[in-house]
Amino acid sequence: MSGFLSGLRELTKYRSAVLGLFIIGIFVVVAVYAVVKVPYSEAKRLWRSGEKVWRENPVNALPAWVNLFPGINLPPNIVVDSRKDKNVQKKIISQSATLRKAEIVLPFEFDYDGFPKELTVHFFTRYKRTKPFVLFHWQTPDGRVFDFGNVQISQDQWYGISLDKDLAASLGGVPERGLFVDPHNPDRPLKGEYKLTIEAYLFEPDADIDARLIVYGQVHGIAGTDHLRRDISLGLLWGIPIALIFGVLAALGTMVSTLIIAAIGSWFGGWVDGLIQRLTEIRMVLPTLPILIMIGVFYSSSIWVMLGAVILLSIISGAIKTYRAVFLQEKNAPYIEAARSYGAGSLRIIFRYLVPRVIPWLVPGFVLAIPDMVFLEAALAVLGLGDPVLPTLGKVLDDAFANGALYHGYYYWVVEPSVILIAMGFSFSMVGFALDRIFNPRLREI
Amino acid sequence: MARQETHKRTFFQTSLRLLRYVVIRGLSVGVSVVIGVYLTIYIANMGGYVDKIKESEIREQVAMSVHANPQYKFLPPSKQKELIAQQVELEKKRLGLDKPFLYRSGKYLVQALSLNLGRAQHLTSDSGSRRVWLILAERLPVSVLLFGTANLILFFLGVFLALGLSRKYGSLWDKTVVAMAPTSAAPPWFYGIILILIFAAILKILPFGGLVDAPPPPTRLGYALSVLKHMILPLMAWIMSGFFITVYNWRTFFLIYSSEDYVEMARAKGVAARAIERRYILRPTLPTIITSFALMLISAWMGAIITETVFNWPGLGQLFYAAISAFDSPVIVGETVLYAYLLAITVFFLDIIYALVDPRIKVGAKGGGL
Repeated sequence: MSGFLSGLRELTKYRSAVLGLFIIGIFVVVAVYAVVKVPYSEAKRLWRSGEKVWRENPVNALPAWVNLFPGINLPPNIVVDSRKDKNVQKKIISQSATLRKAEIVLPFEFDYDGFPKELTVHFFTRYKRTKPFVLFHWQTPDGRVFDFGNVQISQDQWYGISLDKDLAASLGGVPERGLFVDPHNPDRPLKGEYKLTIEAYLFEPDADIDARLIVYGQVHGIAGTDHLRRDISLGLLWGIPIALIFGVLAALGTMVSTLIIAAIGSWFGGWVDGLIQRLTEIRMVLPTLPILIMIGVFYSSSIWVMLGAVILLSIISGAIKTYRAVFLQEKNAPYIEAARSYGAGSLRIIFRYLVPRVIPWLVPGFVLAIPDMVFLEAALAVLGLGDPVLPTLGKVLDDAFANGALYHGYYYWVVEPSVILIAMGFSFSMVGFALDRIFNPRLREI
Repeated sequence: MARQETHKRTFFQTSLRLLRYVVIRGLSVGVSVVIGVYLTIYIANMGGYVDKIKESEIREQVAMSVHANPQYKFLPPSKQKELIAQQVELEKKRLGLDKPFLYRSGKYLVQALSLNLGRAQHLTSDSGSRRVWLILAERLPVSVLLFGTANLILFFLGVFLALGLSRKYGSLWDKTVVAMAPTSAAPPWFYGIILILIFAAILKILPFGGLVDAPPPPTRLGYALSVLKHMILPLMAWIMSGFFITVYNWRTFFLIYSSEDYVEMARAKGVAARAIERRYILRPTLPTIITSFALMLISAWMGAIITETVFNWPGLGQLFYAAISAFDSPVIVGETVLYAYLLAITVFFLDIIYALVDPRIKVGAKGGGL
């Protein structure tokens, strides 16, 4: 065992291994942070909840950091709320015994080079029977005013200014462009302070109205958003611990199960060994990935079912032959004979002497198998067989592909999960190759 | 005289042992294929569940046709129900669904093993045929074209570069290959996505995927060129993912063999470097090279499910995925059976070649089993 530890110490001599370990360390920290910050059930709920949670996010927005590049100045989400923001003016004027007029002025600064993606007002109203009646006045920085609306507003209603067909017709284009465009330069928005005035008529003494204007941006969050307005950073953040757990558990389970079967086969020999060899041959005829796909399509594509299937399929995989060769060598070593002579049982010899002895040999293979498993999860997800409830890196990639991210130019959507996957794959792989050179005596000789 | 006699006898004994070995190996590989194929049939039918899907489909179809038929319109509902039940039974009998699954799975097994692949349930070939053979025959060349080319390039490039590198152990190129080996952690489809992003989406110089332009060019040359253009990215992806690890593995393999005592001895004797390579390094490694070559060839046969899906390459891998998604068990079973046969035959012949080529393997000494 001390040889094993000194081998690990030797790892620091390899620059690539140190870099790999450093990246793995970062991933582990992020994974722990993700699990602590957003609990498992919460992550599932948020990722599956759709419009309810994500309604105020723009669709397919770029990550906010693109604005750090010189020459890029795209609008983020702008929210003005009459219940919270101090610069909002709200007046209620009584006009008769029953009729009152509410005037809400929602101002906001717009100093960006791009147009917003959408315009929506979220109303919070209180009334018993008669719905309030609302008119909008949009004032641009140069003083032009556009009037639209004339709608009844019910409780908790979303009014999409972008969807107002009459307004679009009068502006000669989509409102989120027409309301912002600079009249002297039709490709650019006018910069300055915009004001949306909401003129609401309340027909009951207790009635009240509040509004929240959402100017949907072209950039949002550190990772952008997807087609369902979800913040991709949640998918990436939770994808990291899931990829790590899946990769490590699958690699570990594969190694341990193969190890035990190989140890049993080579120790007992005879018909046990023969049977295991025949099973390995049958297994060779069955292609792994298609079987996983069949399990995914026919039974369940839950990531934990896949994990179990990967381990089960590996129990009698072709790798047994390699392990067996190692065990056959060890089996005749003097210390095993010594153990046998003092009366140690088969199980004791297998688990206390044989298996621990070969573990250092197998560590490189184990580390190198982790990226394979991480990419296997992603591959299944890209085929549409990702976990149905959990956000994973592969599912973010699959969503991007399924929604034509590459055709529409949403490159960030593909690049972000890819960078994480490749960093994870390379880091484990770099450590694995270094370990291979340390622990594999045949490689050390040369 | 006596010596010749013993020689003859040992020759006879050896051939007898070899024959015995061949028969045992053949039987064992054959049994593996039978069990493997049966397992595939079982899984591809979801242990009989696919039949239930089929049965409900029949029921629905029959009910619809009875209700739509004006002849039966005025029958009382109970009579209609009886009629439907009768027709469903008939249809089930016609398709053989009235027998238990265990019996039918045995029949499927015999059919599959005799390569009577039957008809697909949903998928069709481009010419509209339902015959599994035709569907497979249409897809096969497409897969072999791409992955055969890719694997051949990878294999020969790998072996020859590795031989060169093993001669120059520790050189800059050697170190580069060692340093770059971890890049193979990412699979071909992943490189495919990156390449599509760069060359198709951003630079717009190569197609996103598919086999040929739509509409296909009318001339033969134009067609070939168009296919070639569509092949560039998947080929690149496949080679990028496999290149460094292939060279690295072969290089390490050759290095191990070139540090054997007999190679040192030859070198000390002053045997020319080329001769050492041919006689003392390549010859003992030949069985491994043959094996890896053969396995590489049949892996090209299977195509690659995800790479083909990412590039929309209409090969066998994509077909397999389509078949699974459509619960089309005849196609799934057909593809697996052909693959199983191919693999089994290859493994069988490799075993024999091993036994013949490699004197270190004692044939039949312990009842077969390498």
